Amino acid sequence: MTTNPFDADRPPERTRRRGNGGGGGGGGRNGGKRRDESIMVPDVSFDSYYGRHIVKPAPWEKEVAAYLFLGGIAAGSALLGAGGAARGYPALQRAGRIGAVAGAALGGAALAKDLGKPSRALNMMRTVKLTSPMSVGSWILTAFGSFAGAALVSEVARPVIERRSRGARSGGAVALVAKALKLADGPATVGSAFFAPPLAAYTAVLLADTATPTWHESYRELPFVFVSSANLAASGLALVTVPTRENGPARKLAAVSALAELVAFERMQDKLGPTLSEPLRTGKAGRLLKASRALTVGGALGAVALGGNRVTAALSGAALMAASVCTRFGVFEAGMVSAIDPKYTVEPQRERLEKRRAAGVVDDSITTAR
Amino acid sequence: MGFWRNQLSGPTDPAADAAWETSEPRKGFFTDTSICIGCKACEVACKEWNGVPEDGLDLLSQSYDNTGALGASTWRHVAFVEQTSDRIEQARESGRKLVSLGMPSVRSGDEPALAGGGGTATATLTDTLTDNPVPDVRWLMASDVCKHCTHAACLDVCPTGALFRTEFGTVVVQDDVCNGCGYCVAACPFGVIERRSGNEGHEKGPQSHGISIKGAGGAGDTAKGSHQNQPAHASSNGEVKNVGIAQKCTLCYDRLGAGQTPACAQACPTTSIKFGDLDEMRATARARVAQLHELGYPEARLYGVDEHDGVGGTGSTFLLLDEPEVYGLPPDPRVTTADLPDMFRKAGYAGLTMLAMAAAAFVGRRK
Ligand code: SF4
Ligand code: SF4
Ligand code: SF4
Repeated sequence: MTTNPFDADRPPERTRRRGNGGGGGGGGRNGGKRRDESIMVPDVSFDSYYGRHIVKPAPWEKEVAAYLFLGGIAAGSALLGAGGAARGYPALQRAGRIGAVAGAALGGAALAKDLGKPSRALNMMRTVKLTSPMSVGSWILTAFGSFAGAALVSEVARPVIERRSRGARSGGAVALVAKALKLADGPATVGSAFFAPPLAAYTAVLLADTATPTWHESYRELPFVFVSSANLAASGLALVTVPTRENGPARKLAAVSALAELVAFERMQDKLGPTLSEPLRTGKAGRLLKASRALTVGGALGAVALGGNRVTAALSGAALMAASVCTRFGVFEAGMVSAIDPKYTVEPQRERLEKRRAAGVVDDSITTAR
Repeated sequence: MGFWRNQLSGPTDPAADAAWETSEPRKGFFTDTSICIGCKACEVACKEWNGVPEDGLDLLSQSYDNTGALGASTWRHVAFVEQTSDRIEQARESGRKLVSLGMPSVRSGDEPALAGGGGTATATLTDTLTDNPVPDVRWLMASDVCKHCTHAACLDVCPTGALFRTEFGTVVVQDDVCNGCGYCVAACPFGVIERRSGNEGHEKGPQSHGISIKGAGGAGDTAKGSHQNQPAHASSNGEVKNVGIAQKCTLCYDRLGAGQTPACAQACPTTSIKFGDLDEMRATARARVAQLHELGYPEARLYGVDEHDGVGGTGSTFLLLDEPEVYGLPPDPRVTTADLPDMFRKAGYAGLTMLAMAAAAFVGRRK
C-alpha cells in the first residue's frame, strides 16, 4: 500500500480478505480522488478499472426469466399432452394442450414486452440466422406455438362440432370440418411434441451464448438442467390440473426429472469451479436455487408418495412448479451477478491465459509484446 | 464443420466472409495510449459528429474520468488511472514477462524483424536494455472504443440482422432494424454495445450511463431488483433518439464511405488515435512497441494485434502500458459463438433426454 499525505484524510480502510501479492489493485486501488475504496470495491484481489464491470449484463428484466419458466412448462406440457393422446389419458391430454398454448403465448408476450422496441417484435422473423440462438429460438417458438395451437383448437372444437354434426344430417359442412379436425389432430400433436424439446433446450443456449461468465461456462450442463426443469414444471401443472386416476405419468415424470435436474445441477456447479459457481451459491441467486432444491425434493417425494390423493397431489404439483420458477430466476440472477462483478470476467480469463502460457501456448493471447 | 470453424473463430477476412465483392482494405484504429493526454477531444468529436445524446453530467468522484465506460451514448471513452511506483514496477514486470515469452506476432517459425528495432532479438530486450527509472507516479490515459472484432459476437447473435459487417470490415448497427432485444449487449466480450434508455423525444427519464459502481449511490443504484443502471443526474436537455435501440461506434461509416477519417481520429491532437488500413495499423503498432521497448519501457504491449486471439484479432488495436484489465479491458476475451456448435450439440442431447424422460413416464401399465 502506498502512503501519501492525503492518506490522513481518508477513513481507515477495511482489511481485505485476500491479499493481492503485488503492490495493489491497479485502477481499482490507485485511482485519483476516491472515497473509501474498500467499501466501493470490496474484496478486490484482481485488477479492474475502478471495480466496474467489463462485460455488460444483458439488459433483460424479470420477463426473460419468466419466459424461461413459461417456455419450459409449455414444452413439457406438450409432451405430456402428446403422451396422453397416444396412451389414452383424455384429461392429461387436454391439460397438456392447454398448458402448452398458455405457456407459449404468455412466454411470447413476456419476450416482446422486454424488447427495447416492442413495436418491432416481428423483426425477429426478418431472417433465419443459425449463429443467433435467439433467431433460432424465435422460429422454434413460432413453430411450436402453431402446432400446439392447432392441437388445442382441435381439442376444444371437436367435441362441440361432433355433437352438432351428430344432430344434423351427416355429409354437411359441419361434418367436413369435423373430419378435417380429426385429420389435423394427429399431425398437430406430433408437431408440438417434435418442437417441444428444442423449445425447452434452446433457452439454455440462449443464455450460454453470451459473454456473461457464469452462463457461458455452464453451457455443457445448462441444457440438461433446463429440460429437466421444464419436465418438472409440466408434471407439476398436470398434478394440479389432472384427476388422480390419470396422473400416473405426471408422477413418474416428476420423479425422473427431479432426479435428473439435481444431478445436472450438481455437475454444473462442479464444472464451473469455485469462482464461477459462486454466483449460484451466494446472494439472491443462491437463496433461490436453494429453495428450488428443497421444493424439487419435497415436490417429487410428495408426487410419488402422496400423488394418489387429489389435494396432496396438487400441493406437490404446485411445489414442483415453484421449484422450476426458482431455478430459472436463480440461474438468471446468477448470470447477472457474474457479469456485473469484474472479478468473474478477469479471474477465470487470467487463469486460462496463464494455464495456456504455462503449457507453452503463447501465440493466442490478445496481449502481445510485439 | 469446416464452414463453422472458419466463420466462428480464427484468422479470416470478415468482409469477404460477409460476401462483399468490392474489396476495400479492412479499416481500423491504432490507439497509442502512451501519447494520449486525456483531453477527451475524441469523445466530444464523436458525440458531435454522430449526434450522440448526452448521458449524464454527474461526477463519478473516482478519477478525472467522469465518462465512466463505453455505452449506448458513449462511443469513445477515455480511461484515466493514476499509479504510483510500486504499480509501475509491477506493470514493467508483467511487460518483461510478456517479452520473454517470446510471443510471436505471426504463427510461422521465422522471427519477424522488429520494425524500427532493426531485428533486435528478444534476449537483447530483456537482458541488456537499461530501463528508464521508475517514476513516483504516472497517469495512464487510454481512449477505448468498439473493437470491430474479426469475429464479432454482437453481430453473430443479432436475431434481426440489424448488425452487419461493412465493406470496410467494420461492424455497424442499423438503427431502423434493431428491435432492442439486447442480445448483442450480453454477447460482446468487451462490454461495448448497449441498449439506449431514456424517453423518446424530449429527455425526461434517466439515461443510459453504462456504469455500475458498486456501493456508490446514484449511478450504480438498481431499481426494484433490476440490474440496469438508473443513473441519478440532473434532468438535462436535448433530444434522445433511438431509445431502446442498441448503439455503438460505427467507425464513422458515413465518413469512411466518403473517404474521410473518423471524427475521433481527426480530432485527436496528439495522433494517439491513428486510423487507416488495418494492416498498416498493425505494422505501426508493432513498430511503436518495439521503439518503446528500446527506449526502456518494457511495460509497453499491444492489444488486439494478434489474429490468433479469441476474437480473431480486433479492428481497433491498442498499445497499453499495463495489463488490459487495469484499463477495463478483458485479459483473454473469447468470442462466445466459437463454442456455439458444441452448445447446440449439447442442447440436442438434452432435448433427446427430455423426450426419453417423457416417454419413460408413459411406460408401464395403464392405471
Ligand atoms: S467489441 Fe463488442 S460491439 Fe464491438 S464488434 Fe466486438 S463484439 Fe461487437
Ligand atoms: S469512429 Fe466515429 S463513431 Fe467510432 S468512436 Fe470514432 S468518432 Fe465515434
Ligand atoms: S483526443 Fe487523442 S489525446 Fe485526446 S483523449 Fe482522445 S485519444 Fe487521448
